[in-house]
Amino acid sequence: MHSKSIAALGAGLRAGDYSSVDLTRAFLERIDRYDEDLNCFITLAPERALARAEAADKLIRSGEAGPLAGIPIAHKDIFCTNGLKTSCGSKMLDSFIAPYDATVVSRLDEAGAVMLGKTNMDEFAMGSSNETSHYGVVRNPWDRNLVPGGSSGGSAAAVAARLCVAATGTDTGGSIRQPAALCGITGLKPTYGRVSRYGMIAFASSLDQAGPLTRSAEDAAAILQAIAGFDRRDSTSAQEPVPDYSEQLEDPLVGLKIGLPKEYFNEGLDGEVARSIELAVDEYRRMGATVMDISLPNSGLSVATYYVVAPAECSSNLSRFDGVRFGYRCQEPKNLEDLYKRSRSEGFGAEVKRRILIGTYALSAGYYDAYYLKAQQIRHLISDDFRQAFEKVDVIMGPTSPTTAFAIGEKADDPVTMYLSDIYTIAANLAGLPGISIPVRPAAGRPVGLQIVGNYFQEAKLLNVAHRLQRESDWHLAEPLGFSSPSRI
Amino acid sequence: MSLERSDVEKIAHLARLAVSSDELDSVAGDLSTILQLMEQMNAVNTDGVIPMAHPLHMAQRLRPDEVSEIDERDHFQSIAPATENGLYLVPRVIE
Amino acid sequence: MQWETVIGLEIHAQLATRSKIFSGASTAFGAEPNTQACAVDLGLPGVLPVLNREAVVMAVRFSAAINADLERRSVFARKNYFYPDLPKGYQISQFELPIVGRGSVEILLEDGEIRTIGVTRAHLEEDAGKSLHGDFHGLTGIDLNRAGTPLLEIVSEPDMRSAKEAVAYARKIHQIVRYIGICDGNMQEGSFRADANVSVRRSGGELGTRAELKNLNSFRFLERAINFEVERQIDILESGGKVVQETRLYDPERDETRSMRSKEEANDYRYFPDPDLLPVELDDAFIAAAIEGMPELPDVRRVRFSEEYALGNSDAAQLTASRELADYYEATVEEGGDPRLAANWVTGELAAALNREGSDIGQSPITASMLAGLLQRISDNTISGKIAKQVFDAMWSSGGSADEIIENQGLKQITDSVALEGIVDEVVNANPSQVDAYRQADEKKQIKMLGFFVGQVMQASKGKANPKQVNELLRRKLTS
Repeated sequence: MHSKSIAALGAGLRAGDYSSVDLTRAFLERIDRYDEDLNCFITLAPERALARAEAADKLIRSGEAGPLAGIPIAHKDIFCTNGLKTSCGSKMLDSFIAPYDATVVSRLDEAGAVMLGKTNMDEFAMGSSNETSHYGVVRNPWDRNLVPGGSSGGSAAAVAARLCVAATGTDTGGSIRQPAALCGITGLKPTYGRVSRYGMIAFASSLDQAGPLTRSAEDAAAILQAIAGFDRRDSTSAQEPVPDYSEQLEDPLVGLKIGLPKEYFNEGLDGEVARSIELAVDEYRRMGATVMDISLPNSGLSVATYYVVAPAECSSNLSRFDGVRFGYRCQEPKNLEDLYKRSRSEGFGAEVKRRILIGTYALSAGYYDAYYLKAQQIRHLISDDFRQAFEKVDVIMGPTSPTTAFAIGEKADDPVTMYLSDIYTIAANLAGLPGISIPVRPAAGRPVGLQIVGNYFQEAKLLNVAHRLQRESDWHLAEPLGFSSPSRI
Repeated sequence: MSLERSDVEKIAHLARLAVSSDELDSVAGDLSTILQLMEQMNAVNTDGVIPMAHPLHMAQRLRPDEVSEIDERDHFQSIAPATENGLYLVPRVIE
Repeated sequence: MQWETVIGLEIHAQLATRSKIFSGASTAFGAEPNTQACAVDLGLPGVLPVLNREAVVMAVRFSAAINADLERRSVFARKNYFYPDLPKGYQISQFELPIVGRGSVEILLEDGEIRTIGVTRAHLEEDAGKSLHGDFHGLTGIDLNRAGTPLLEIVSEPDMRSAKEAVAYARKIHQIVRYIGICDGNMQEGSFRADANVSVRRSGGELGTRAELKNLNSFRFLERAINFEVERQIDILESGGKVVQETRLYDPERDETRSMRSKEEANDYRYFPDPDLLPVELDDAFIAAAIEGMPELPDVRRVRFSEEYALGNSDAAQLTASRELADYYEATVEEGGDPRLAANWVTGELAAALNREGSDIGQSPITASMLAGLLQRISDNTISGKIAKQVFDAMWSSGGSADEIIENQGLKQITDSVALEGIVDEVVNANPSQVDAYRQADEKKQIKMLGFFVGQVMQASKGKANPKQVNELLRRKLTS
């Protein structure tokens, strides 16, 4: 049961083989059994979930239900959920009961999905290993000594361990794709503006984008269908029409032009990971795709550029956490400055403070041109590289991450090394392009992700390309050991 | 570019973060390492390149001038650290 | 030593939109604290701004009104600083690319000279909330109702050379924003606020160091604060000191400016384009729709009034001071009031009455059509100017048309020559010695003495006698 796809579970629900309440209870039991160890969830909402499941069951019986009705999912704890703690992985928001729903949350609610709880994450989405969370590290289901990736580590690990059917995440520099790769699941970052950012606690506004973490491209299509589309509350949300993402899934790939950027296969890439990617690319060749080498000449600058743009925006976005209207407030502030400084210093963790300081510096008088403006210019160059590439190819493929999951603690004290683990994912955020990571052949027992980047609003194409590989291979069906507790369904 | 203790003090104050004097050196060191990474950008000439603030070439959408929000003060203030008579309380502001 | 004063003004005009600039919360003044602060205004985690169309429309109208270069593409930026009345820790404003570029206005000085004052730019931004220092056990209370109210910040060139010029400029901007209906101009409620940058220099020399004056919530305070500040700076410079660049608060009680120490700390606002908002792009259709139906601007109307109604400059200026007053005047003329007479009455009797009551033209109990009715009776000699004032007072206090009052109180002018002759005869017969004196006087003296007899006749007729006829009759009777 817990390994079934959204479509299969939906069919079972509609056929009356089991109810959404059954399904919800089963997943809550799995969470109860396995999550103490994995630490995927910050907050569970069993009562709310069961009430929602009951409502979904009614809807299903009435025959009105859509494909997500009754399906148990989880939200990254960055999405505001009305009446439920929304911590963003931070002590700053440990007491924050969101007073409204994010658009992503309300849209999945309307689709009838059942939210089990809120997943763990790097604090304010700043991290690539889930180690910066105030609520402790998440363990990788494939090996408890490894990180799950980040920042959507809780969502990725929960889906990998089948503690929920699907989960939401956010991706600012790779925070959906990298943990999906490290946990052996499918993670889609849509085009910037495809999914509303309203109610999603901002890290870097011009880069943040919400998307699904699922077991397959087909499941990702179902979730994206529910959350994509214009939102009048988000000025940066695109008015582009939303296609039917399931329609193109099966399209044949004969004639598909795949570009392999030479910069993504450099000395920093683990040899085993490279071979897994090559193997997957060979599969595409067999399906009739044409593969060619391309160049994204400025991609080497993406990490540097990202670590100016993202901290600059975050330094401003996180100013609202001042201990006045919500969130953590220090004890007995002596004066206004003390209230600000202690609330923020006690409420934020080390990595968040580091990025606020870097961003403040990059925007400050005398440095703005050298850092922020320069970064915005290089961002343009990086974006132009992609534009030129997409004149020649349909999709760009490469590794999602230069290595497989690393050990907990391995990079925690070395921010720059940690930052470099996002080297292949960041450019898509800077350009605003959609990208998906799907599992390919593992390397030494650890999952490896293939990243596919498409042109603007080409999510349907990405899902199609990903789905065809998942039809021809079974890498995405591999499950970590030790989570097979038989369910009663 | 490496940061001095005084640089860290200045930006910490702008960001309203407390950095104690015994942390200053290690923070300055951390930030300097990150700045070195950022300086890779200097390798490319960007003369005449238009800065890109947004990934999409869209214009700002304008909403109609309508009052759409209701009074939710009690709801919003139920999560506030300190309020009285409908006001948020802070230590005295001196002008 | 000759000192020259250099003044530039930054005016914040609250735009008269129904909802806030980036949220759907109401902008109505005077609500209970924080009842008009929605999730966006409070800066709750995850909320996003969406721009109010009307605020953009109003900026476009202002741009047209001051003949400015309207920027087809403008960008919102964040101004970062911490303050309790600023919920997000940044103010959304415009920095490098404001919506309104260079423009200018003309001011009329007391000596009749017209000066052009440059407007550097005007940009859209959000207002902050308010800090209340009431009795909260030594704490400050924060009300965010005002947070997010749209403002147009209008920045002038340092073109003004005296406090009087600064006031004339501020009044001109005030007049324009009210004319085009983008701001209610209420200075007490803070809808129209001015900050002044003041410096002094040796005539023709380099610009001096400036001080920024705040808390100038009336035109009078603006003038007094600048005058005080100019004196202060000259005193410092003449005693060999240096003016410090700083923000100074005007204290109307003591009539002085004083340094705001809390704001002295060098600010680094770290402006950058707000990534939550996209560039504002205006096309021809939007601009055309925005300025469609714009009312005639005050300067244009002033010139038209003086030409069309043959009015003097001062009358025309006074009548076009506000759109409401100018509308009232034109309605009076349209309803049949003589233009010159109407100008005298609107700027004279009516203005004085309104002033006495502290009310404005919109609250006048005498409507334009009522006033026109009165003026018509003056023009057709039904009543004299003096009786007209009596009718005016009656209309003001108890309403009714001029005709009704004239009829009911029997105020109609006596033009019947037989009746008038009777009164004149009585007066001549009752004052034999004055009549003798008159007859012996020379022509020059006679003209003076005639006034006495006219006064007597008017008294006897209770002011109703037609003065022209009385004059003629008296002259005839006295010389015969």
